[in-house]
Amino acid sequence: MNHKVAVTVNGRKHEHEVEPRLLLVHYLRDVVGLTGTHVGCDTSQCGACTIHVDGKAVKSCTMFAVQADGRSLTTIEGMAKGDELHPIQQAFWDEHGLQCGYCTPGFIMAAAYLLDQNPNPTEDEIRKGLEGNLCRCTGYVNIIKAVQTAAKTMSGTPARKAQVAAGGN
Amino acid sequence: MAVTQLVGAKIHRREDPRLITGHGHYIDDMARAGTAYAAFVRSPLAHARVKSIDVTEASKAPGVVGVYTARDFKGQLAGTHPAAPAFTAAKKYVPERFPIAEKEVCYQGEIVAAVLADTKAQAADAANLIQVDYDELPAVMDLEKALAPGSPKVHLDGPDNITWDIPYTGPEVTEAAFKEADVIVKERILQNRLAPVPMEPRGVQAEYEGFDKKLTIWLSSQNPHFIRLFVSGAMGLKESQVRVVSPDVGGGFGSKISPYPEDYLVPALSRLSARPVKWIETRTESIQNATHGRGQFYDVEVAAKKDGTVLAMRLTQYLDAGAYHGTFGGFQAVACLMAGGAYKWKGGISARTIGILTNRVPTDPYRGAGRPEATHLVERMMDLVANELKMDPVDVRKKNFIQPADFPFTQNFGLVVDSGDYDKSLDKALQLAGYAELRKRQADLRKQGRYLGIGLSTWIELCGFGPSAATAPATGGIALVEAAQVRVTPTGSVIVYTGTHSHGQGHETTFSQIVADQLGVPLDSVELRHGDTAEGTSFGYGTYGSRSLAVGGVAISKAVGKVIDKGKKLAAHIFEAAEEDVVFEHGSFHVKGSPDKAKAFGEIAFASYGMGLPEGMEQGLEAVAYFDPPNLVWPFGAHVAVVEVDAETGSAKLEKYVAVDDCGNIINPMIVDGQIHGGVVQAIAQALYEEVVYDESSGQLKTGTLTDYLIPSMGEVPPLIVDKTITPSPTNDLGVKGIGEAGTIAASAAVINAICDALSPLGIKHVDMPASPDKLWHMMKEARN
Repeated sequence: MNHKVAVTVNGRKHEHEVEPRLLLVHYLRDVVGLTGTHVGCDTSQCGACTIHVDGKAVKSCTMFAVQADGRSLTTIEGMAKGDELHPIQQAFWDEHGLQCGYCTPGFIMAAAYLLDQNPNPTEDEIRKGLEGNLCRCTGYVNIIKAVQTAAKTMSGTPARKAQVAAGGN
Repeated sequence: MAVTQLVGAKIHRREDPRLITGHGHYIDDMARAGTAYAAFVRSPLAHARVKSIDVTEASKAPGVVGVYTARDFKGQLAGTHPAAPAFTAAKKYVPERFPIAEKEVCYQGEIVAAVLADTKAQAADAANLIQVDYDELPAVMDLEKALAPGSPKVHLDGPDNITWDIPYTGPEVTEAAFKEADVIVKERILQNRLAPVPMEPRGVQAEYEGFDKKLTIWLSSQNPHFIRLFVSGAMGLKESQVRVVSPDVGGGFGSKISPYPEDYLVPALSRLSARPVKWIETRTESIQNATHGRGQFYDVEVAAKKDGTVLAMRLTQYLDAGAYHGTFGGFQAVACLMAGGAYKWKGGISARTIGILTNRVPTDPYRGAGRPEATHLVERMMDLVANELKMDPVDVRKKNFIQPADFPFTQNFGLVVDSGDYDKSLDKALQLAGYAELRKRQADLRKQGRYLGIGLSTWIELCGFGPSAATAPATGGIALVEAAQVRVTPTGSVIVYTGTHSHGQGHETTFSQIVADQLGVPLDSVELRHGDTAEGTSFGYGTYGSRSLAVGGVAISKAVGKVIDKGKKLAAHIFEAAEEDVVFEHGSFHVKGSPDKAKAFGEIAFASYGMGLPEGMEQGLEAVAYFDPPNLVWPFGAHVAVVEVDAETGSAKLEKYVAVDDCGNIINPMIVDGQIHGGVVQAIAQALYEEVVYDESSGQLKTGTLTDYLIPSMGEVPPLIVDKTITPSPTNDLGVKGIGEAGTIAASAAVINAICDALSPLGIKHVDMPASPDKLWHMMKEARN
């Protein structure tokens, strides 16, 4: 039997009838149509599906869609404001914090929560804070740099205007 | 190649805006209207006879479109899985392989049935209702036992378990040197079996349009044109009837080069059902079925003189091919040809490779493919020689390096190393690591009973596949050259097509940098397209073997050259000057001596579509070029790892890692560094953490999820110190070499050498990978007793 689920995703309300076994990540991808949240492992190791549930970072493969009923969700698609990238997105771009990009949305969401809780993390705190996310391309070097850069931007100067046009430098 | 405005500069990646905002297009991010979803039933046993398959219940399940077994695909697909004869001309036995098993399954995960349903959940539910009755057979798991006469066989009807056995050079080649030697060191060196684990698993979608007889396949692939070649042949279609699109690819590391059973079955299911079909791999399916890497051991001996001069090497590679011969699996034998590393072996190298079938998933190229194994074994052997002679490993290396004046250097197997300066990179790495200080600290810590080790890896690589004379025989006929097309629109914007296909390497950025610089146009006037066989050149060769820039980038540069040549002809006509007097620089054409009367590139492009062209000139401004490289390219470098092994727990902690690499001229230093970071960590992971484990008697996969298969997180990996030397390659006009695999080729040896160095006070000479705390604790305990 299907259940009703009503959620706010990136500020927009959605209501659907879903199977109780439907995972939140599949709800977001296949029902709501937001495919920026990725599935990388099926066993909650990789963190590619990390989103925010009521402001807290959650691996969206660890929740059923019905458990999100009444909650407010933010996905990677909700991070930029129009053309203006979130400072963490900008920092990932500036520091080459991604290669294939598949793990990136999860890292950005996890990093956003980390910086929300701890605006000036040490390198060690970043390593501990993001060890629930896996990347196979970057060796993490530039992801750590990106989070450090974002922390600086967010604590001080306002976010730079996005350069979404291809080839910005 | 001059470093100009864009080439050599840190340019932000053009791929990133879509990827950091969640707007990438990976294979699972789309579906055709009316799609049916596929689920596959796979063998839970490593080796068994299939007695019967009962699909009755599954066929009646909600939403099911159809249930299919091998018989249903017999009229759809023909032939056997392709196996390129790379380096295995003396190949002995290539088992027949149909994409779906009928009577016998030979590894855990082999497909026996397929279900199509209206939703993915319905397909998965129905797949669970299929009853397969198996008759279990002995699983062949141990390489040495598999070689023994009378061993159970991986395939019941096979002659034996040997898929290839090639002696490149016999023991007689090195006989004199081994007689002359002061010392001989021997070791058996293991290469743990690894799962590539790109963060995006594989996925295939296909739509067969029956009335048009056209097939489109979308899949996550490093190699779309080869997929078109193989799948069209199997389906009885012309290549022209098949379009293969590989969208954004979430990593590959070699596991998305070769075709897979699903690449055939999904299109066949679309033709059978007259529906678009979609299948996305789960992570467990991926670890179970995506080709693995390594899975080898080597018996090696080295003959050396007392002064540290190495004379000769003998090695045999025992390679676990898995249940079938991987499409490019034979390439891993290149480890034998590269076993000499950065050194001179005047007394020769005797090498033999044996490919052995087992009831595991097949192995195929995985980042580095053969070259990490070669580096690991030769760098281990150099340390064993140093240990035996009580010499500093730095001195043994320096004594034996091929010298700058020796290049081009023809090594023992006739390969011509194009360039290098191995002392330079080693000196730089030692300086960055603070080698002398480290040795002092090591001595101090040893007095306190602590085990600090310093490990070196002075690696070399051959990449950039490759020259037609070498690669066409290796693939069975198609030379691994590269093609490019450059099209200039009337308003002077440029569309570039390449036959390579990025899966994280940033080609949209680097290739555009080359074109924008050469044409003198802004970067945003250049668009790079790839991954779609319906666009661009008639064939493309894919991305693997660190070939994209050194072959594909050079092809693009050649095509740009043709465009400029035509532009010059047209400009000369407009200027009423001789063609040889026309100069093209900074994006405009002028007559020598009259730079004030210049025509911008865009103006000439516009004119090329107009009237009044020179006699015999056709309209338009576009060109196709193929690049057949005269040689492979030869990156090199020196890595230093510093490891402390905990005396109580056996845990190996990397406290410092220095990488100095040389990939020739650099297009985008940020991307080069990123490739090194990722490559190094992937090899550190092999050295310390990763191993695909099967139960040795039943053949059951024990590491089938990321809970059990340890991909390091940022909590495990050390900070990296990365630097470079630049020795341009003389092999191509851009002076570039590959960098995609360098880190992975280099790093496992540095880490393991450091661990062996750390434990040398205990008399431990060799440690195999992965050097887990458990393994080291046991070795230390045994050594102390």
